[in-house]
Amino acid sequence: MRELALHILDIAENSVNAGASMVRISIHENTLADRLSFSLTDNGRGMDEELINQVLDPFYTTRTTRRVGLGLPLLKAAAELCNGGLTITSTVNKGSRVSCWFQHSHIDRMPLGDLVSTMTMLLIGYPDIHWIYRYEFNNRLFEFDDEYFKKELGAVALSEPSIISFLRGHLEEGMRGVREPLPLSVP
Amino acid sequence: MSTVKTLEDLKRIREEALEKKKAKATSGAIQVTVGMGTCGIAAGARDAMKSILDVIEADNLTGVIVTQTGCIGLCEKEPIVQVTIGEAPMVTYGKVTPDVAVLIMKEHVIKNQIVTGHQIHLP
Repeated sequence: MRELALHILDIAENSVNAGASMVRISIHENTLADRLSFSLTDNGRGMDEELINQVLDPFYTTRTTRRVGLGLPLLKAAAELCNGGLTITSTVNKGSRVSCWFQHSHIDRMPLGDLVSTMTMLLIGYPDIHWIYRYEFNNRLFEFDDEYFKKELGAVALSEPSIISFLRGHLEEGMRGVREPLPLSVP
Repeated sequence: MSTVKTLEDLKRIREEALEKKKAKATSGAIQVTVGMGTCGIAAGARDAMKSILDVIEADNLTGVIVTQTGCIGLCEKEPIVQVTIGEAPMVTYGKVTPDVAVLIMKEHVIKNQIVTGHQIHLP
């Protein structure tokens, strides 16, 4: 996987498989501190210490549990190559949190990639899950909580053409809004 | 149709979508499912799903339900897309590149003609 956005999609799938009803995805690009970090927090069934170690071990997990893929060990290795890391904290029956960080300017750091596609697909593909998406750029925040959105839509399916356009446009504009520098204020 | 991006426009979108849904209620439901396990994502499932959504958006196709699923155990055939129309049995496609995804949408979903060349049979 050549984009962080694809890894985020992959980790979110783990949350779905863990029976989560709520998943929060936070991404923080901090160019001032030269750090790119993201985390996924869910309320799924969680993991004990042993399982956490297993999901991070590429050789052990692939042969025993089909449900757990190579995604996390590969991402951890990629982060460590870029002066970063990956940690998992989890409580059984409460949920899990995967945090990952990179040196933002590191030459080997994967690009963030197409976050709008990742988010649009999770929102449309798993309509029963409550998705919260936070994108921060140098402490300026764009947040999208789909609860209000779904309440407004009622029985309308999220894969309707007008809804797809709306989601793509709304996410793109929101992220661009926090990335662009603030206009200079004239006194 | 103008694009809408603010949350205030949602009410209007809802009304429009519900009207279209009423007009289309006679034909059977169409469900398109994309496999999004690690194997699927690594093989390009997100690009396939992006193409599917692009066709729905560009051709203004209403009444198509697009969902995701995890690994179904045929990792070597990923990306996998499954189509179910009304009461007809589900059709499974393998190695779905973005181009194949467009073909599936144009032929199977719109014209109800199975794209035989890319169909796979589940064991």
